[in-house]
Parts: sequence; structure tokens; C-alpha cells
Amino acid sequence: MAERCAVIGVGQTHHKAKREDVSIAGLVREAAKMALADADLSWGDIDAVVIGKAPDMFEGNMMPELYLAPALGAVGKPMFRVHTAGSVGGSTALVAAHLITSGIHKRVLCVAYEKQSDSDAMWALSVPQPFAAPLLAGAGGYFAPHIRAYMRRSGAPEHIGRMVAVKDRQNAMRNPYAHLHLADIDMKMVEDSMMLWDPLRYLEACPSSDGAAAMVLSAEDAVSGSFPPAWVHGMAMRSEPTMFAGRDQVNPQAGRDCSADVYAQAGITNPRAQIDVAEVYVPFSWYEPMWLENLGFCDLGDGWKLTEAGATAFTGDIPWNTSGGVLSSNPIGASGMLRFLEVAMQVRGQAGEHQIDGVRLALGQAYGGGSQFFSMWVVGSDKP
Amino acid sequence: MSAAGRSARSVRPVRPVSIASFAQSQNVRRDEEHNEVEMLLPVIAEVFGTIGITKDDVDFICSGSTDYLIGGPFSFVTALDAVGVWPPRAESHVEMDGAWALYEAWVLLQEGEIDAALVYAFGRSSLGNLNEILALQLDPYYLAPLWPDPVSLAALQARALIDAGKGSEAEFAAIAARSRRDALGNPKAQVANDIPAATLLEDDYVVSPLRRHALPPITDGCAAVVLAAGDKARAWSERPVWITGFDHRMETHSLGARDLTGSPSTVTAADVAGVADGPVDVAELHAPYAHQEIILKEALGLDDGVAINPSGGALAANPIMSAGLIRIGEAATRIASGQANRAVAHATSGPCLQQNLVCVLEGE
Repeated sequence: MAERCAVIGVGQTHHKAKREDVSIAGLVREAAKMALADADLSWGDIDAVVIGKAPDMFEGNMMPELYLAPALGAVGKPMFRVHTAGSVGGSTALVAAHLITSGIHKRVLCVAYEKQSDSDAMWALSVPQPFAAPLLAGAGGYFAPHIRAYMRRSGAPEHIGRMVAVKDRQNAMRNPYAHLHLADIDMKMVEDSMMLWDPLRYLEACPSSDGAAAMVLSAEDAVSGSFPPAWVHGMAMRSEPTMFAGRDQVNPQAGRDCSADVYAQAGITNPRAQIDVAEVYVPFSWYEPMWLENLGFCDLGDGWKLTEAGATAFTGDIPWNTSGGVLSSNPIGASGMLRFLEVAMQVRGQAGEHQIDGVRLALGQAYGGGSQFFSMWVVGSDKP
Repeated sequence: MSAAGRSARSVRPVRPVSIASFAQSQNVRRDEEHNEVEMLLPVIAEVFGTIGITKDDVDFICSGSTDYLIGGPFSFVTALDAVGVWPPRAESHVEMDGAWALYEAWVLLQEGEIDAALVYAFGRSSLGNLNEILALQLDPYYLAPLWPDPVSLAALQARALIDAGKGSEAEFAAIAARSRRDALGNPKAQVANDIPAATLLEDDYVVSPLRRHALPPITDGCAAVVLAAGDKARAWSERPVWITGFDHRMETHSLGARDLTGSPSTVTAADVAGVADGPVDVAELHAPYAHQEIILKEALGLDDGVAINPSGGALAANPIMSAGLIRIGEAATRIASGQANRAVAHATSGPCLQQNLVCVLEGE
């Protein structure tokens, strides 16, 4: 039978456009040391290290776990490298969690990062491939038509995307680690920003960030640290092909299947009523209403109505992305892990100014590729 | 803390998981006819077909590959079309050799909630210049800008081995000659011949002390494995090949801080995997350079009675990202056929054997 797994330490860097003060090793070590300190542990207490990031081409460093091993205290230990596109930060946490739930290790350090200032992600995403549809406009160019399709299907009015853009940046003002701190953000400021990929304007898109995230995961008999553990209640990954006739790119089946699996493990039958807070991968504003529907928080076509009514706002009944989310910090490889980490912080009551009171069950979600790779977990304050 | 000084063996019972099926492509110098999906399709079909199952019979899929060979991001994304993950499937990917993808799937099978997994790996080394590509594995600030190529780094290791009195050019040639001769019995091998070691020693140096024969070929290829536990393991194999021990360990990146003549990470992984718990009949070692077989043989504690790399090993075919997975498949094949009862399979990653994986297999 599977063992219980808990988050006992979290750490993240200050996310910025350029972290010129640190190397890649310095960046990941900053997050890892913070996670170890939070768990009241040192490097020697860790059994294995799992690291994840988005394509190696982003920094031009192939299989960087080789270079980063000493910086992460992995010498002499098992070290594992995950890459599942944008969902990788979440998948990395799940691979680490399975090393605990399988009973193989007692304490595992998982780390995810991106140093976008060392790279040009837009270029790296746009290398022409033989026999493949060119993606010449980065991720936004790929997702904009899907957003248009969502708007057409649901009848959502144009201002919904702007509302999400404002809400998440206001939340980021409560998070000292967030990349963007736009104190005077409002609907007009978003509306006046440059159109990038119709209907997405500049301020409806995520920034390019340098940053890292780290967590220490532990078996039940190895829990440490001063904050209470966040227990893993459910975890799952799902993938589907990038394209084929009949695929619903707006509401992907893999996302629905992944959440159904996680909810079944966690005993969730009514996500909106049972989940106290969620951190969901929203790199472009419109993905909030789209994922509200995909994750079963409402009926199809109603996601935008929840956003419009303020249900996902800091003061709403289902606060989403109180950290500011991907719209406020996007160190790509780490963005998924930050979702998983932030909900653990909420459960442990350590989220500071963006803490929601009394969180007992929380959902972290990440997606990647052409909305085709999903990873999710549900963490809670009680043992599962 | 030294890796070797710390016993990491656990008392945890291991759930038996079998290598139920293995398939690999023809290994070739340059496959210009097929893209990655087209290379994988017949291999995936074979790995399922030989045991009469379909993708619907596996609960998890994990692959290993690197974007750097194809020169584009997310090369694993389109490769997934070779499986056809519809309806959606539980699936993951490692930017590592497929042997580590197999490890991830084995971990999930340990939990007892799923019983079968597909693992595959692929790499077309011919698409770029491997000497330049693999230099990008190095520290991006202090080493990669100097573009040290992998052959030169391996030559440093070989020279250290000679200086330490642990190997000679004649021994490297003997290993190469034996490997390519054994490869004559492997229809998937890329380089197979029967050339005496003495003749090989007449080669010019590529990088002293390594001559052409001591280097791995540059290979395009892919491979797949089906893992099974419980009733499926018995239903899919007449003689299940069980994984009885499995571990992998990392060393530091700085070559100057390592004793290149030994492999402490392999020593630790072998200890945790329990290599010494019984006699070893066959060892499939991922030793791309001939001299690395000497280092690995010592680290694994293998005596002269062990048949090493009867497939020809990485000197006969070295498809990047699947060569390690193939070692596990080749070792399992010899147990399934009754030629061996207990085998060790090994995979490596990084310059000069920086990271090593050890898998112990036993027949029933």
C-alpha cells in the first residue's frame, strides 16, 4: 500500500526579469536552502533530488542536472530529471512524491527553475521543425485562437480577460516573491496595453521571469519543521496528443480526466464547495474561466460568470491564484511547482499577506504543451 | 560525505516487477528515412505485439529523450504520437536515458496500484554534431565555453586509468575486439566484425590514448520495454524476468574533483541494488568507451566469469538516450531465453560516467 506523503519545506526565489546576481546554480540553491531551512533540515538529511525545467534550449545547457548536482547536494544520491513541458514543475513534484509514497525514500528535495534572461524562450519555441505546424509567435500565438474559440462558445464578454489580469496582479501585491508588482493596475491600464495576439493584450500575458521553486517532501515518520505538514491527498498526470481531428483544445479531455482522478483520490465530489483555495496555471488571462470549467468548478459555459462575479477574487468563495499566479511570475519550469508549493503554503498557514483563513484542502494545477499535459495535486491539513 | 562510505540499503520489500517485453530498432549510423515517430512506431508495435497486448493494457507510459538531438524544444511531445495517447493517458517524460524512465515507471509499480507500464526512448544522433552537442552538458559558465568534446574528456579518463596501472591500450583494444565480435550475434548491432586486437592497435589515435576502436559508434535508434507486475507479469511471460534491485547515483560535475579511475556512484548503486547478493551470469554495461568497461567491472565487483556485453554493448551501437535502456532489455532477453539466471544491467549519463544506474534482474 502506498505511504503517506507530506510537504514539510517550501522555498522560492524572488522572481525577476533578470537575476543577474546569481548563476543558475545560485538560483536553484537559493530556493533549495530556503526549503531545507523551512523543514529544519540540512543537505545530508535528503535521500534524493528531483529536478525539473522546461526545454534545455531555453538556457542552452543540456541535461543541467549534471552541472547542478553539487549545488543541490545531490552528490552520492539519486538525482532525477523531469521534463513534461509547461506542466513540468508540477510533474517534478509528483515524481518526487511517488518516491515517498512508494516507500523508497523518506525525504526528497524537488526543485524546478527557469532562467529566462539567459535565453529567448520565444525563439526557442519557434524553431521550425520538418512536417510540423510552425509556432512562430511563441505560446501566446498558439493559445490565442483557443481563447477566441472559448469566447465564441461561451458568449463571454471581452472584459473578462482584463478582470483576471487585474485580479492576479492585485494579488501579487501581497506576495513579496512575485515578479510583477503593478501597484496601479486597473482595467484601463490593461485595455490600453499593446495588443499582442488578439484578443490578448500585453498585460493579459505572463512575464518572462528568472526564478526557482523547491519543496522538501517527507514520509509520515520523517516529518519535521515548525509549520504543520501539508498532506498529499491526491495526485495525477494525464497527457493527450497535440492535435488530431476531434480534439477539444478549449476544454481538453486530459484535464478533465486528470482532475477526476485527483478528486476521486481526495474524496472531492463538489470542487467549488470543498476546495478552499486553488493555484491554477493561468499564463494568459482567459485561462482562468477556461480552467474553471475544465476543473469542474462550474458548468460548461459558466466559468466567465464566476470570474465576473468575483468568486475567484481574494475575497471570493474560491480564491484562485492569491499569490498572483503565472500572470505575475513566470519562471517557466518552476511555474507549475509554484502552483503546487503555494497551495501547500496555504494549507500550512505560511502564506503571509496572501494567506486565506482556514484552508483545509487546496488544489494545485499545471498544464503544458498545447494544453495537453496536465499535472495536479490536492493537499490538505488533515492526514488523508 | 563520500557515496561509498554510506550504505543506503533499505529493508523495504521490493514488489516484483518483470521486464515483460523488449524491442529495439535496427541501430544505424544515419536514418534519413524516418522521423522520431516513424522510428518508434514499429518498435512500439513489436514490444506490444510479441506479448499480444495493446496500449490499453498498460497503465502508465514514460519516455526518455533529449531535445538537443533534434535541435528543437519538446521533441518528446510529437514522439508521443507513436503511442497514440487517446483517450488521455497517465504519462511522463525524463530528459534522461530511457533507463531512468524505466526507473520512474518501476517506482509507480512499487505502490501496487498499477500493474503495467510502457517505457520507451529514442535518439537520432546523426541530426547534429555530437561532439558539439554533448559539450553543452558541461557547466555553462566555466566549461562549456571551452567546448571540451566528449572524446577528449573520455581520453583524459583513459589516460588516468593507464597512469594508475589499471588499464592499457592493449586491454582497451581487447575489449573493443571482443565486443564487436560478440555483436556478430546481434542482428540489431551497428558495428559488428571480427578483427583481432593486435590489428586494432594499428589504428591512429583519435585523441590519445583512445584509438577509433575504443570509441562508440554514432547511432540512430530507439527502444521500448513493457514492465509488468502481479498477474500480468505471469500472463505475459513464460519465464518472468524480475527486477530484484534497482538504484542510481550521481557524482559531482567537476572532473578535477573526481577520481576518474573509479566509479563511486556505481559502487553505491550496486550496493543498494544488491549486486553482490548472488552470482552474476551476465552484465550489460553502458560503457560507451572501451576503457569504461574496466572501471565499471571493478565498481560492480564482477569477476572474470561474468559474460560482459554479449550484445556487443555500446561499442556496437550507442543510440543516445536509449543505449542504457537497451542494456536492461538485452540483459532481460538473456534471462528470458534461459541463457542466464541473474544479470546486471547498467546505464550512464554525463561526462566520464558522472551518473550511473544499476538494475539487477533474475529469472524465476
